[in-house]
Amino acid sequence: MNFYAIRAIYFHEMDRMRRTIGQSILSPVISTSLYFIVFGSVIGSMIPELDGVSYGSFIVPGLLMLTLLTQSISNSAFGIFFPKFTGSIYEVLAAPVSSLEIIIGFVGASATKSLIVGIIILLTASFFVELKIQYPLLMLFLLILTCLTFSLFGFLIGLLSNNFEQLQVVPLIIITPLVFLGGSLYTIEMLPEFWQKVSYFNPVVYLINGMRWSFYGASDINIFISVVSLVGFLVACIVGVAIVISKGYGVKN
Amino acid sequence: MQNVVSIKKLSKIYDNDFQALKNITLDIKKNEIIALLGPNGAGKTTMISIICGIVIPTSGSVTVDNFDIIKDYRRTRSLIGLVPQELSLEQFEYVFNNVSYTRGLYGKAPNPSLIEKILKDLSLWDKRNSRINELSGGMKRRVLIAKALSHEPSVLFLDEPSAGVDVELRQEMWQVIKDLRNSGVTIILTTHYIEEAEAIADRVAVINKGELLVVDNTSDLVKSMGQKTLVIDLQEAIQALPSKLESYNLTVLNNGLSISYNYDSSSKQTGITSLLQDMKETGLKLKDLKTEQSSLENIFVELVREN
Repeated sequence: MNFYAIRAIYFHEMDRMRRTIGQSILSPVISTSLYFIVFGSVIGSMIPELDGVSYGSFIVPGLLMLTLLTQSISNSAFGIFFPKFTGSIYEVLAAPVSSLEIIIGFVGASATKSLIVGIIILLTASFFVELKIQYPLLMLFLLILTCLTFSLFGFLIGLLSNNFEQLQVVPLIIITPLVFLGGSLYTIEMLPEFWQKVSYFNPVVYLINGMRWSFYGASDINIFISVVSLVGFLVACIVGVAIVISKGYGVKN
Repeated sequence: MQNVVSIKKLSKIYDNDFQALKNITLDIKKNEIIALLGPNGAGKTTMISIICGIVIPTSGSVTVDNFDIIKDYRRTRSLIGLVPQELSLEQFEYVFNNVSYTRGLYGKAPNPSLIEKILKDLSLWDKRNSRINELSGGMKRRVLIAKALSHEPSVLFLDEPSAGVDVELRQEMWQVIKDLRNSGVTIILTTHYIEEAEAIADRVAVINKGELLVVDNTSDLVKSMGQKTLVIDLQEAIQALPSKLESYNLTVLNNGLSISYNYDSSSKQTGITSLLQDMKETGLKLKDLKTEQSSLENIFVELVREN
């Protein structure tokens, strides 16, 4: 194992976050805080409790997942796409580094960045709404698993993207709608029966409900199904990245 | 001399069916400077990209220091440094950090004093805390060389090192390359500047349309494939060549004040003695004599044209 290479890639990517702290940290924290202010404090105070918790507290897991998913995907997608775009990817390809080491470096850094943002958002949320976490270890486990899984997914998108538009398509056109329609701001039970059934085909529903269960011990979906879904998606991402890397798609000719 | 890189029957066909390399076989000797000469699209960059692990070969094999580039990629790649043709650098990074990053990628522990020495050798030490986008094109190319040297490679590939570099910097770069060779590094450079190959390469390999046309010592190539020309200045201009001299295929130059004679210097009978004898017999009076060797450029153009 080339530990120096993993360390080099990891800190190189973390350094990018330090250079772009406004975009990497401040931007997601500010936009999520606005959600807490508008939906949590202002509108939330006029909405009755859901699953026994205030509306402001209810939306915290969903908004946390929204940020984690979009940040994890964009961090790692950009992390691998940018050297492809500038051509500096040549030095990673020409170095004595295995595909696994490249993935650990890039995905590890992306997941760390998302985790930092997630923790800051949780702290920020505590200023606006009453925050209680019933199962903190499970919450931390889901937080880390989500960051890793979606960083891997973002890495896959970055590998396969040939331009900036393709890089943005999945996060903006697929992930964001899935999160908003995945019960981040409401319970599935509030929907008409037909749309409840449709919602169960949305994979993000399982992730948000898993996170919500770790906070309040109640959700629309059984926690085991949520965890299995997340692990299943992680395995699918690992297989996808392994195939793409081994074939050299997107980076090697 | 021991071979450090051995290329055997190497071929590459890209996804669009373009065959960039056709059955190339080439041995590169330890501690030599070899120039891969060829026009644009000849296959030079594809060849070095395969050896460095950036492009996957279609068939054939390559060993570096007797290790296969695919099976033993960790060993071979740690021996190789690559300076790419494009200025492929992350523009917002600092010079020192970026060079140190490359050393880390190659599995080497941080060594700030070595990076300092490399940057000083390449006149980049003053720019160590500058962002890459603040550097000139020549400096960026030197940063690429510094990155390629950061893990102390024994084989260095330079893909078009002089592209877009001014004359003064080119001379400096040639000196850097010679110094590296003197320190024990084997240098493989691709170029389409014949002058560059002539100035620094021990051997030249000419590639065109994916085929290796010739490999030889630079001086031997010029000697064996080049023609020599004898130019004779006359005391008085001539209107036409005397009939006795017609068999020599002479060319009248300079309004009849000079004639030139092409001959093969490697043959036993150059024909010079008989030409001079016949000139004397026809009454032509000589003013001066000089010989000219055809350049590597003439040979290159001829080879590529024939191919």
